[in-house]
Amino acid sequence: MTINPSGWRPEAPQAGANEAATFTGNRALMLEEPLIFEIGSTATTGVDFGPAPATSGSRLAGLERTAPIGLPGLSEPEAVRHYTRLSRQNYAIDLGLFPLGSCTMKHNPRLNEKVARMPGFADLHPLQPVDTVQGALQVINELAFWLIDLTGMHGVAMSPKAGAHGELCGILAIKAALEARGEGHRKVILVPESAHGTNPATAAFAGYAVEDIPATAEGRVDLAALKARLGPDVAAVMITNPNTCGLFERDMKAISDAVHAVGGYVYCDGANFNAIVGRVRPGDLGIDAMHINLHKTFSTPHGGGGPGAGPVVLSEALSPYGPLPFVAKMPDGHYKLVEEETADEDHPQTFGRMTAFHGQMGMFTRALTYILSHGADGLRQVAEDSVLNANYVLRSLAGTLDAPFAASGPCMHEAIFSDEGLAEGFSTIDVAKALIDEGYHPMTMYFPLVVHGAMLVEPTETESKAALDQFIGALRSVAERAKAGDPTLKSAPHFAPRRRLDETLAARKPVLVWKEPELAEAAE
Amino acid sequence: MRYLPLTQPDREAMLGVIGARSIDDLFVDVPEAARLDGPIPGLPLHASELAVERHMAALARKNLAAGDAPFFLGCGAYRHHVPASVDHLIQRGEYLTAYTPYQPEIAQGTLQMLFEFQTQVARLLGTDVANASMYDGSTACWEAIVMARRVTRRAKAVLSGGLHPHYVSVAKTMAKFTGDVLETSLPSLTAEPDTAALIDKIDDDTSCVVVQYPDILGRIADLSELAAACHAKKALLVAVVTEPVALGLLKSPGEMGADIVVGEGQSIGVGLQFGGPYVGLFGCSEKLVRQMPGRLTGETVDADGKRGFVLTLSTREQHIRREKATSNICTNSGLCALAFSIHMTLLGEAGLRQLARVNHAAAFAAADRLAEVPGVELVTPSFFNEFTLRLSKEARPVVRQLADSDILAGVSLGRLYPGAESLEKGLVVAVTETTTAEDVAVLAEALREVLA
Amino acid sequence: MSRYFTEDHEWIDVDGDTATVGITDYAQGQLGDIVFVEVPEGGRRLAKGDDAAVVESVKAASDVYSPVSGTVIEGNAALGDDPSLVNSDPEGDGWFFKLTIADAGELESLMDEAKYQDFVSKL
Repeated sequence: MTINPSGWRPEAPQAGANEAATFTGNRALMLEEPLIFEIGSTATTGVDFGPAPATSGSRLAGLERTAPIGLPGLSEPEAVRHYTRLSRQNYAIDLGLFPLGSCTMKHNPRLNEKVARMPGFADLHPLQPVDTVQGALQVINELAFWLIDLTGMHGVAMSPKAGAHGELCGILAIKAALEARGEGHRKVILVPESAHGTNPATAAFAGYAVEDIPATAEGRVDLAALKARLGPDVAAVMITNPNTCGLFERDMKAISDAVHAVGGYVYCDGANFNAIVGRVRPGDLGIDAMHINLHKTFSTPHGGGGPGAGPVVLSEALSPYGPLPFVAKMPDGHYKLVEEETADEDHPQTFGRMTAFHGQMGMFTRALTYILSHGADGLRQVAEDSVLNANYVLRSLAGTLDAPFAASGPCMHEAIFSDEGLAEGFSTIDVAKALIDEGYHPMTMYFPLVVHGAMLVEPTETESKAALDQFIGALRSVAERAKAGDPTLKSAPHFAPRRRLDETLAARKPVLVWKEPELAEAAE
Repeated sequence: MRYLPLTQPDREAMLGVIGARSIDDLFVDVPEAARLDGPIPGLPLHASELAVERHMAALARKNLAAGDAPFFLGCGAYRHHVPASVDHLIQRGEYLTAYTPYQPEIAQGTLQMLFEFQTQVARLLGTDVANASMYDGSTACWEAIVMARRVTRRAKAVLSGGLHPHYVSVAKTMAKFTGDVLETSLPSLTAEPDTAALIDKIDDDTSCVVVQYPDILGRIADLSELAAACHAKKALLVAVVTEPVALGLLKSPGEMGADIVVGEGQSIGVGLQFGGPYVGLFGCSEKLVRQMPGRLTGETVDADGKRGFVLTLSTREQHIRREKATSNICTNSGLCALAFSIHMTLLGEAGLRQLARVNHAAAFAAADRLAEVPGVELVTPSFFNEFTLRLSKEARPVVRQLADSDILAGVSLGRLYPGAESLEKGLVVAVTETTTAEDVAVLAEALREVLA
Repeated sequence: MSRYFTEDHEWIDVDGDTATVGITDYAQGQLGDIVFVEVPEGGRRLAKGDDAAVVESVKAASDVYSPVSGTVIEGNAALGDDPSLVNSDPEGDGWFFKLTIADAGELESLMDEAKYQDFVSKL
């Protein structure tokens, strides 16, 4: 069966009003690319096999597939060309500054990739007898101790697969600890209004009611309001520090003390750890659990949306409740994998297993490689340079864009601006889309919600001064145009592979898979 | 330091612009008691690429890689050959160092790839739609149980004894916190999967039945009867596929009536990696799409009328719905989904079927050869590329003993179900296109010696 | 027939003991293009203030609360095919659900048109 028997191809896109037409619809190196379903066929393959040995009958319990699947194949040259062309329609850190606040889009070192692919790491099965994988368990253990030492905490859960998964781990450890104390009746978790959406989603999933903690005019948690709300029904607070406005929570220790005084726990969202790594240990500020995004602070690649890794450092109070499995180093130097089997002796109060197997090993090798490369001194420099870069951006643009907290002191690793001062009818999205034409991915927009039309800029430490100066110039230029009400902003971007896309249509009439054109028409 | 572009003159100039005397001025909000004076003592300082590579290579050498031994492990992670182009393509900077495609105008590479991925997965699993991937099979399985609760408004899920024990363990952990009631059981070391027992357990309080296909012992069940039994009681059938290559030869769970099909995509493009990162597959019928967790890519047009792709139906997700989200998940497994999709494209339907045939034939031949060894009995007459043997002795020590001779003999059921006496002689053996006849001969000979 | 309003921007038209509920023009303007509406099924019992429906735009999802207690007669099926009715005719064809009112006294705490317009002008 061929996928596309009618031979239908997408029509060469019409020329926009501002461009000359080409036959192909291509514009020099900007190449249009159809879907694999439009160019491939079910009979084509780019992989060679030896012949399948003859078998006497089939042993598939009579469940052999009879219907075709409808999966197109391409030869190797066609496949390479397809995916290469698609890749060229993406912005990436490798291309330029990626100012996304709270994402820490730093350079992804290629040594990480080389090490992760060493067969001694990449070609290991998770269920191999542990004596055959002692080096792998040592990697996990070494990374675990780096994370514990960098944060000043007691233990660490390595298995969560992403930041949000790590948040869940921390909250479940808290819940288990409360239940062990006979305080399972505590039903409320307090979360700042400025928190990332995963925080309340995680708390709700774990069965808690979520209440907001207001912020002060200086963009930080209102300690008085928090104290007024704390009580015996509060299980925990979830704080991001530095917070999502890029500011250090000066009262963090007081917050922790107040929460502990009523018997609650402090969960810290570690998304912004890049600002303080090597300069501050969150454990010294009284937190009980913190997830670390290896794909943010520790340079493992973002990969277009994942995979991430979210190990969670835990205080002495919470460590006994951490999940299975984990790696333990024995007195004789041997590494042991603690799973359900030995939980009763080794880790009796665990809240259980969060994922199959042991965690994101491919991210552990990358993160450990990065940490060893920087070392304790380099990591401290990372925090300093990231904070320096963000403050440089903040002060350079303070005359152009409204920076609501600039007067109250320095920011940390990210600078926040609002849409105040933009012309009537113009907002953050117009600034963002115009920035695309300037050759940048936009900064984080409309988050956190506590700043109107928020623009959150995090350059990271891997940007040179020249790169920052160019970005500042571009953002200043676009901001001036937005303040002057330049109408061309409204139709930006003009030069990207696609103009603004109709997200309303995509949500009203979701088309989530490709269908043969005859079938698609029949469905309408 | 090679990853830090700023020079000292740069730093000084920038401090001047900021109006700070030193970097310490910028950390003024940190309470004095929490300030560290210098690098944390006791930790190594920075190191060259050469030194780091040497350190990590030494750790890598301490492991016995699957490629360096006769290798027969499966049970949720499979060793398949990944064509060389896959790894090259996923390391292109525009894929490796790209972000979540929230700005679609400059992320069409990722978005179109995800649309293709969603279509490939939906077709493979036999569902109407599929999402842009989840963390892995075990968390996808849990999310399916949660989704079944949302859809049916019932809280009792029945889990097959043939479901991977780690997946069961994850579900049990999560259910403690959500109040879902799970009915679980151990598998039995028999030829038949537990379909009949599952059908008996379905009642008006059942939200879903969760069954693995093929199951943990390699057995294959006809899901149509089970689907009908579920639907008669208005429950959902959730099928879990841990070896997607099997679907090159087997009927899809979707076509047999499963409402939600989840799986582990690791076999295709991703590699063993000691357990992660992997890629969760999640598909369901059209009418359930708004209850589906995870990211979704949809087709649309841009301001010039050109076809393009965007993330859509985002209102289900955490960044909008916050407490009422369908899940707290934020990332998908983007780069692994790309690897899956590229490998699947290189295979194509013909290639996938051929790959499946080679796997099945090789497993067939290996099972016959191993069953000839005195003390070895084949438990499962029907299987795809993974089957279960009953040994005359407890299997787990046998596996350890063979490992000492650099033979990775499969997964003992004692490892997966410690303490379960009825299973302790069970050994699950996986055979793929990477296994040679010589590997099988070595294993057979070693088993013969150990069981004598 | 009389129309009342809530501070959450729902309107309710009362005709005897049957009422129709929707969201106001102000609300649909704030939400932007509506992409999906989830309406309650007939037979569902609602207390005043209960989550009755969900209205989604591309970037936001909002809960619609029942202004009064009662039993749902039907949800507006037309919104399943064409959620944009909420944008184009929010106070007419874009209605969300009809219900039988349990306690007419609850209407007293709602606003009339004039009060609602005043309320909106101060937002």
